[in-house]
This record gives sequence, structure tokens and C-alpha cells, in this order.
Amino acid sequence: MAADTARGARKAGRYALLIALAVVVLFPIYAVVLQALKTGPDSLDHPRSLLPVDLTLSTIRAAWDQGDLGRLLLNSMFVSIVVTIGVVITSLLAAYAFAFLQFPFKGPLFVAFLATMLVPTEVTVVINERTADSLGWINSYQGLIVPSLASTFGVFLVRQVFLQLPGELREAAALDGVGHLRFLWEVAAPLSRPTLGALGLFTFLGTWNAYLWPSQVIRGDRAHETIQIGLERLKNSDISKINLVTGGLVVAALPIFIMLVLFQRQLVRGLTAGAVKG
Amino acid sequence: MNRRLRDVPWAIAMLLPSLALVAVWTVYPLMRAIQKGHFRCDVTGKKCTDQGWSRYVDVFQSDEFQHALGVSIKLMLLTVPTGLVLGVGLAVLADKHLRGIGIFRTIFSSTIATSVAVASLVWFVLLQPQIGVLADMFSDWFPVLKNPGLLNDAGTALLAVALSSIWANLGFTFIIVTAALQSVPRDLYESAFVDGAGSMRRFTNVTIPMIAPTLLFVGVVLTTRALQTYGEIALLTGGGPNPQKPTTTIPYLIYGRNSIISTDIGTKSAAAVLLFLLSLVLALVQFRGLEKRVHYGS
Repeated sequence: MAADTARGARKAGRYALLIALAVVVLFPIYAVVLQALKTGPDSLDHPRSLLPVDLTLSTIRAAWDQGDLGRLLLNSMFVSIVVTIGVVITSLLAAYAFAFLQFPFKGPLFVAFLATMLVPTEVTVVINERTADSLGWINSYQGLIVPSLASTFGVFLVRQVFLQLPGELREAAALDGVGHLRFLWEVAAPLSRPTLGALGLFTFLGTWNAYLWPSQVIRGDRAHETIQIGLERLKNSDISKINLVTGGLVVAALPIFIMLVLFQRQLVRGLTAGAVKG
Repeated sequence: MNRRLRDVPWAIAMLLPSLALVAVWTVYPLMRAIQKGHFRCDVTGKKCTDQGWSRYVDVFQSDEFQHALGVSIKLMLLTVPTGLVLGVGLAVLADKHLRGIGIFRTIFSSTIATSVAVASLVWFVLLQPQIGVLADMFSDWFPVLKNPGLLNDAGTALLAVALSSIWANLGFTFIIVTAALQSVPRDLYESAFVDGAGSMRRFTNVTIPMIAPTLLFVGVVLTTRALQTYGEIALLTGGGPNPQKPTTTIPYLIYGRNSIISTDIGTKSAAAVLLFLLSLVLALVQFRGLEKRVHYGS
């Protein structure tokens, strides 16, 4: 009996601690969302109480209009979808060559290719900005999309899966006269669907969230701006409209929150595949 | 056709898209930056003089770079240990079979859904002296929150940036460490329990060694992110407050709109190459950690 009570008390204590920490972690998001929903666009104050009552959409609506956020969401969506499809295709093709084809210098070429993973974006943007400029790609979709269309990590990931497919599959297909592209499209790609899903999800998130490159290649052109860059403009526009940032944040964050709730399992699987196994 | 060379046309066609893109947007800019780094340009950015490899030493020793390097290292020290301890603490606490634990796990993972821009602006709003909730809530204890504001005070601006980064990275650390904890074989805990080890001993003698490779991995990722911090600075402080510039990290020195070297492609290239060398050292540490991890598996 006494042991039961002690265990019950310990359990209650653990719940109390978990709830307290959950409140701390969630507080920043909760407070900003509430501020967007409780105060008007011209407000220079925060809500007096943190209870979700007396809500209004006026700040979100004003941010939407003044920031042209509908357009920016479409830009982000378009760029992210095209990059995701592009990365999956280029990764499939290159991974297939490295996994199933015989050609001279395959090993060294693969190692050299992998080594480029060591070069962070922060290093290449200095020159890439000039390349984009000389191609006339400043303030354009091409500028946002093309440099991201290949992923060394994606090639590596898909090749790993291809190498685990039984070798007889390709041999049998070759005997039946099935060509490389048909084998890739009808056999190899469907068999690696979970990996392709994780790669697609991460590419989409990475492109959607990208900040440095879009901030350099898009210079104040709303027609091509992504939502991440648009938020900065909302912040810098006018100090008396500072509260609009809260509305912009809700609009910018909502699609990704919904997406992650839907794809939570794929996200965790993808994140932990490289980090924990082995 | 020779058997060995039969696949070559196909290989070329299938590799071409990836290789061409990586060549143009990753290899070329790195090589070009290494070469451009030899140059020193005047304020217009047009007239540049070749100063050879010694230019790298000059840039490294310049006041601006040394200052930015110091800021980047300080930011690492502020974010990485705290982020690791918090992430591991949350993961250990949520690694129990309790009713409703899934909800807590989702909440602790949630900050992974925020982009650099969203996370930074959330903290910008919370800390804004006029409209910020946090600025108001704690201003009695910390007057700096209202005047001039945590982000506007040279002594606290970097701390505020660190706060935002720690929070934004918490979800990532939590997810990875949680998965590592779940892969620790339960019977190890049971035998430790049978041997009379208390919960603290089980944590230090079983949990920590078993998840050590994961901790190293997360530590390196967090360190790399700290070194590459740009968006947080652009949105929260603009490298300031001036004139001390206590938040001008190396990436902000290179890319910041109002940076002192913003028109000097030579110096920017040299700084970028130096940043690459720093990242390379970190990546090598990471690979050594990955190698070690392989031994743990079978």
C-alpha cells in the first residue's frame, strides 16, 4: 500500500515536471499566435491575458494583404515542389549509375562526388551570386531553383538502397531485354519508395526553410520572393506596423506545422536513419 | 563493344545532371573563391590587386575577421553545451512508458517545424521592448528587457540570439536522442539494476556510454550550425548593436547587407574559404565519430 502511494507520488511528480517543461517549450509559439489573434494590426502592445478569448483575424488579414503573403506562399510552394521533384530525379539517375553500371574510375568519381558534401552553402554563395547575376537570374525562379536541383546526400542515400536490392533483379531484367530506364522506373524506384519519401520530405523542408541563398538572389522583387524573405520585409517595413510580423509568422509557419503532423513518422525515420543506426 | 565499356554512354547520361550541377554550383564557386581570395579590392569593388597566398593570413589576422571568429566561437559555447544538456534531459524524462507520453514527445519535437526565419522572428516579437510579452513579464527582474531591449544591448544581444537558436534546435536534438535511447537494449538496464545500480548510476554507466556516439553526432551538427549562423543575425540584430557589433558572426561578416567588406569580393572570398577550412575541421571530427559508431553495432 505504502509502496503504491510512493510510486503514485513519483508518477505525479514526473507528470508535473513534464507539463511544466512542455509549457516552457510551447510558450514562444503560443504567445506569438495568441498575439496575432488577440491584438489588431496597429497594436503597440501585447495581450494583457494569455487566455484564448476575444479572438480576431484582423492582424493576420492585414499581414496577408500588406505582405502579399498569398503570392509569397505560392512562390515558396512552387520553388519547393520543383526542387523536390528535381532532386529525386537527379538522385535516382546518378544513384543508378553508381549502383548498377560499370564504367572506368567509378570508385574515385564517387568519392570525389561525396567529398563535395563537405562544402557548406555559406562558402559558395559569394561566387554563386555572381554566377546567377551573369546569367541574368537575379530575381527569378531559375535563380532560386536551379542551384538546388542536385543533392550529393540524395545520391548517396538512394545508392545505399539500390545496393541492397538483390543483384539477380537487374540480371533477370536484362535477360528479358528490359532497358536501364524502364528497370529504374518500374523496379528500382518503387522498391526504394520509403527512402525516396524521406529524401523528398527533407528536400521540401530544406527548400521551404532556406534563408541565405534566397535572401541574396532575390532583391526586393515580390513576384519571386519566398515567404521566408517576405517575413523580413514585414519586420522592416514600419515600426508602427510591427505587430504585422505576428500575423506573417502564423501564415508562414502553419503549412509546415500541418505537413509535419501528417508526415511525423517519415520525418523521425529520416532524421534518425543516419544518426543512430549501427 | 567491349563489355567493360558497354555501360559508359548510359553512365555519362545518367550522371550528367548531378555532376554538372555540382560542378557549376559547388566545385566552381569553391575553386573560384580560393583564387579570388588572393585579391584585395578598393571600396568600389572594381580595382583589385593580387596579393598571393599571404592575403589569407592578412584576412585571418584582420580585426574584422578576428572579431567575427570570436563571436562565432562565443555563440558555439553559448548554444552547444546548453542545447545538448536540455535535449538529453527532455529525452530522458520522456523516455518512460507513461500514459499520454506521445503528446509530450510531439511537443518537445515541435520546434523542428520552425525555419530559421520563423524561429528568429518569434523571439524578435517576444523580446521586442514595446510589444514583446517576455520583455514585459520579466522586466522587473531584468530592466534591460525594456530599456534598451535584450537585442539592443551590446552586452546581451548575443545571449538573445543564443536563446533563439537553442530553442529552435531543441526539437532536432530531442528527436535524435530519443531514438538513440530507444535503441539501448533493455536488458542492460535490468542487469545493472540487478547489480544494485541506482537510477543515477544506470544513467552514467549505461545510458551515457551507449548513446555517446549519438551525442557526438548531435554535438557536431549543433557546432556546425552555430558556425554557419546567418539568418538569425540578419533578422534579430543585423550584426549589431553598433558600434561594438557583438553579433557579427563570420557568415554575417561575409553576407550581411551593411557589412564592412560587402563590396570587396576578394576579402569576402578569403573569409568564405577560411570558413570552409573551419567547417572542414569540424566535419573530420564528425567522420571520426561516425567511424567509432560502427564498432558499437555488431
